Amino acid sequence: MRITVSVNGQPYTRDVEPRLLLVHFLRDELGLTGTHWGCDTSNCGVCTVRLDGVPVKSCTVLAVMADGHEVTTVEGLERDGELDVVQKGFVECHGLQCGFCTPGMLLTARWLLERDPDPDEGTIREAISGQLCRCTGYENIVRSIRWAAEAQAQAQPQPQSQAQAHAPTDAEARQ
Amino acid sequence: MQVPARFAYERADSVPHALQLLERYGPEARVVAGGHSLIPMMKLRLAQPEALIDINGLTELGQITVEGEELVIGALVRHAELLAHTIATDLFPIFRDAERVIADPIVRNRGTVGGSLCQADPSEDLSAVFSALRATAVIQAGGAPSRKVPIRAFHHGPYETAVEPGELLVQLRVPIRTGTGSAYEKVERRVGDWPVAAAGAVLRVVDGVIEQAGIGLTAVGAEHFCSPEAERYLEGRQPGEEAFAQAGRIAAEHCEPHADQRGPADYKRHLAAELTRRALAAAAERI
Amino acid sequence: MSYGRMHRKEDARFIRGRGTYTDDVRLPGMLYGAILRSPHAHARIVSVDASAAEAHPKVRAVITGQTLAGLGLAWMPTLSQDIQAVLATDKVRFQGQEVAFVVAEDAYSARDALELIDVEYEPLDAVVDARTALDQDAPVIRDDLEGRTDNHLFDWEAGDRARTDAIFERAEVKVAQDMLYPRVHPAPLETCGAVADFDKVTGKLTVWCPTQAPHAHRTLYAMVAGLPEHKIRVISPDIGGGFGGKVGIYPGYVCAIVGSIVTGRPVKWMEDRSENLMSTSFARDYHMRGEIAATRDGKIQAIRVKVLADHGAFNGTAQPTKFPAGFFHVFSGSYDVEAAHCEVTGVYTNKAPGGVAYACSFRVTEAVYLVERMVDVLAAELGTDPAELRLRNLLRPEQFPYHSPTGWEYDSGDYPRALRLALDMAGYDKLRAEQADRRARGELMGIGISFFTEAVGAGPRKHMDILGLGMADGAELRVHPTGKAVLRVSCQSQGQGHETTFAQIVGHELGIPADDVEVVHGDTDQTPFGLGTYGSRSTPVSGAAAAIVSRKVRDRARIVAAAMLEASPDDLEWSDGTWSVVGDPASGKSLAEIALAAHSNLELPDGVEGHLDAVTVYNPPNLTYPFGAYICVVDVDPGTGQVRVRRFVAVDDCGVRINPMIVEGQIHGGLADGVGMALMQVMAFDEDGNHLGASFMDYLLPTSMECPSWELGETVTPSPAHPIGAKGVGESATVGSPAAVVNAVVDALAPYGVRHADMPLTPANVWRVVNGDPFRTDLAIS
Repeated sequence: MRITVSVNGQPYTRDVEPRLLLVHFLRDELGLTGTHWGCDTSNCGVCTVRLDGVPVKSCTVLAVMADGHEVTTVEGLERDGELDVVQKGFVECHGLQCGFCTPGMLLTARWLLERDPDPDEGTIREAISGQLCRCTGYENIVRSIRWAAEAQAQAQPQPQSQAQAHAPTDAEARQ
Repeated sequence: MQVPARFAYERADSVPHALQLLERYGPEARVVAGGHSLIPMMKLRLAQPEALIDINGLTELGQITVEGEELVIGALVRHAELLAHTIATDLFPIFRDAERVIADPIVRNRGTVGGSLCQADPSEDLSAVFSALRATAVIQAGGAPSRKVPIRAFHHGPYETAVEPGELLVQLRVPIRTGTGSAYEKVERRVGDWPVAAAGAVLRVVDGVIEQAGIGLTAVGAEHFCSPEAERYLEGRQPGEEAFAQAGRIAAEHCEPHADQRGPADYKRHLAAELTRRALAAAAERI
Repeated sequence: MSYGRMHRKEDARFIRGRGTYTDDVRLPGMLYGAILRSPHAHARIVSVDASAAEAHPKVRAVITGQTLAGLGLAWMPTLSQDIQAVLATDKVRFQGQEVAFVVAEDAYSARDALELIDVEYEPLDAVVDARTALDQDAPVIRDDLEGRTDNHLFDWEAGDRARTDAIFERAEVKVAQDMLYPRVHPAPLETCGAVADFDKVTGKLTVWCPTQAPHAHRTLYAMVAGLPEHKIRVISPDIGGGFGGKVGIYPGYVCAIVGSIVTGRPVKWMEDRSENLMSTSFARDYHMRGEIAATRDGKIQAIRVKVLADHGAFNGTAQPTKFPAGFFHVFSGSYDVEAAHCEVTGVYTNKAPGGVAYACSFRVTEAVYLVERMVDVLAAELGTDPAELRLRNLLRPEQFPYHSPTGWEYDSGDYPRALRLALDMAGYDKLRAEQADRRARGELMGIGISFFTEAVGAGPRKHMDILGLGMADGAELRVHPTGKAVLRVSCQSQGQGHETTFAQIVGHELGIPADDVEVVHGDTDQTPFGLGTYGSRSTPVSGAAAAIVSRKVRDRARIVAAAMLEASPDDLEWSDGTWSVVGDPASGKSLAEIALAAHSNLELPDGVEGHLDAVTVYNPPNLTYPFGAYICVVDVDPGTGQVRVRRFVAVDDCGVRINPMIVEGQIHGGLADGVGMALMQVMAFDEDGNHLGASFMDYLLPTSMECPSWELGETVTPSPAHPIGAKGVGESATVGSPAAVVNAVVDALAPYGVRHADMPLTPANVWRVVNGDPFRTDLAIS
């Protein structure tokens, strides 16, 4: 089946079997090996990518389902040679060790900060709770995301109207 | 990595189109939306459908609306969308309680309400939630008017539902009634795990008396995910700790939990009582 | 000067998704392998029919046990003087055992072809429970071994039995407790796998594989396959976590190599998660009975232990040869006891082989868990506060170096200081007061303490080898003419940050920025021999080698600098990163200046041929002994049995900290491991030997929600045995933390008279323990 998927802003057209998983499409067809896989059962979250902006576990999405849609992977975070603030945060706060969960964590962190520019520790922990890390005990991942939130706020102060316009987070939804 | 066996793939662009495709491919076709139950089963090759009908493009099934005295939830609504929908969760906080503990935030971005119900896993949370809410499932077949099935007649057994081959679950309709409170309580071994056991409660109190109670039970072998015996016990009584505890005991008596690595049957039975009691108390607080 | 917090050099590639893990390796013409595994735990193989798979249009080869038998490769030696089937020929002995290997043009087709292989099995009764493995009527698992009539593997003991028994005989107080350290799995997020590329023309075999011990792998491949060792290159690229699970050689690696030799093309094999959990290294599975003899006023006099060790179907433990129970005999722990004795019996069962993995420091994990649980059992018996009891019995600073009753020489420590610091950080007295208040209200709160002594950095080669390979590590250091350096080491990072830490060691010794030092590792063609990274040995052994090779370079630089300054080397001193004439700091020559001179036309004095490069091999004189004091606070829901870890205070002393940021990260990860093992991780088996934790849906790992924000503290007691005083830290927290969590939960349940509960403390387990009816956590729950 012929599909066209926009990955990190670039359209790719490929003939694929319907059963091809999105993670394999990215890794094997496009050579974007920054997206990893770890468990087969959508539990570990190392395969997390953004599909139309929303983080999904690409081991449990068919490539054909992404036809005509936009995918963002870790390779798409850096823009014009400038690291995303979440990438800087992970370096700054030692938010990674083996690096295997890192791409998925970074993408979820970026998504979280778009929805909630000032997440507290509990909100961050909940946001990454579908992604396992075996190295960091999560402590420095939480700190990295917090660092990124603060760095982002300093870099571009949020206009009041925009800050109010963000979609409700899980944490807000339960209040 | 585990990968599925081969299958044909069709993308539906409307409900009638989906129904046509289902008819064309016959009983070995499966509908796929979020895919978070089906695709792992296919990777393990425990499920080998000949065709997948992808309904992710059916935006008409992705809405949450209030129609008259009913909250209408499209089958394609994602868990995350229901959780973030403040009208739905303010009307029925049981949705907020349950959705917060279904899988994890990333899975919730993809998994759908209809998919969860149609998977009909005995450990699936929303079945009990809708059962407690006495919702109605709207099922569409090709070339026929849609039919409405009370949720308590929707599940025919583990992994079996009222949705026949060639049909599509399109909506869940939840009656909105004043004076209602609801809650969901779940014990899991770890965040994101399937429940060891869970209980949902919906209480409508009129003039200080329970006019109607809904009790949903997950993963404890309760028929239709509910406990009519405990509900009948509560109706007509005043809400209170003792009544809730007794309702919990009745609910526990009437379920048939099975031991697995999440826990032995006696523990699950205990949880049926304890979580029913807690859910009722929380629901009563929210009226 | 280069010690201290420094961002990691390796992060630049990982945050961009530019790491290269084994599955990222793609070679022209590469084929893909998949393994057919046994559905049975114990069965005789009647027949294997691969004809349909061979007929699959995309399949290039199907390799069975018979194929391998023809090549003499059906069995391979394990790291513990046993043999293990590569592909089963006679019987399958655990569920998930390797039966056939398919090589196909793509990974999906390889998987499809597995379904086309028809294997007829004759199921046999399985030995699932180690406690019945030695029964008279137990089926014999290893009937492949000549004369084998039972499932007995070994008996081993340590310590002084007579002296220990004598103390028990007359002790005022004796306590005993049975406990299980259940079978767990390290479950790194990257599974195991390999890319094998055999070049028929050159005869060179290259294997990419996430191995923690690339050099050991190369030597073993040479020994097993008879390939000349100089024609084997093992490349360990970036590794997505190891934790001990990537030390051994797995059948899949051998299959990939054979597949490449047979097809003449590169072959990639990556296991899936179920394969990983079912067939690769498990850890623990120790059934223990501990006893303490003490005086009535709480002086511990002797400790006695009996262990039944479940080693699975093949003895595949990876540990120094002389120690079949690893370093378990460090079980007298941190306490001043007169005598101690343990006996360990190893048995075969129908489960996967392995046994030493998962950040366990060769079973120090089991030892620490045992003694720390036992101290709490004694505290309960005596009605003494567990902190007080520990302070009364901890080794005192003046006792170091301390010779333990089971033969260890602890290098250095100030144990009471570490425990007092942890108690202060936790606000221990306040916590106890809060606990009393809560108990009065019917709430369950628990405070658990664990004090551990680790034994890491294996090890002195005369005592420690793996398959005859002494556990010493090489290091090579080149200094380029402009003063930039390349360090080559044999150990292999799985996330520990060696590229940064080792550069800091060299930078510190040579007075150059760590950024000027490139660390090369993980490629046997480019690095000197050494035993690899596990048992927290990288800093204690390879780190020491890095320091010593740097000092060799510095010594050579001194001679060159002397020539530059027209002075005698004896008249030079090293300060601020320069060699200068004593009393004339302005004369100082930096390493860069000296390096350029060493490569120049300068007339070099005797002792330097030219250049500054040096090599060394470090044979550690002793292990190093990190230690720490951990305090965990939990709340238990009495209605559901759910445990919430509220706080965790960890004071670690790992000697000198090279990069505190990395050290803290190592500790954080280990603490999460401890919470995971204590509360959720377990691999149980049903009566037929079916694996009940074969996916991440069933084998639960802690998420961000179960982990509290870790509270760390430190003391620094340098190791006198190590050139820079460092002790190693990679496994400390995994070793020390499970006991703290379990002690906290048991403390919470004290109002019910509970003195012990086995891991994992799932809600169901806690509820059953409270109700006096605990179940076996390693078997199917019924």
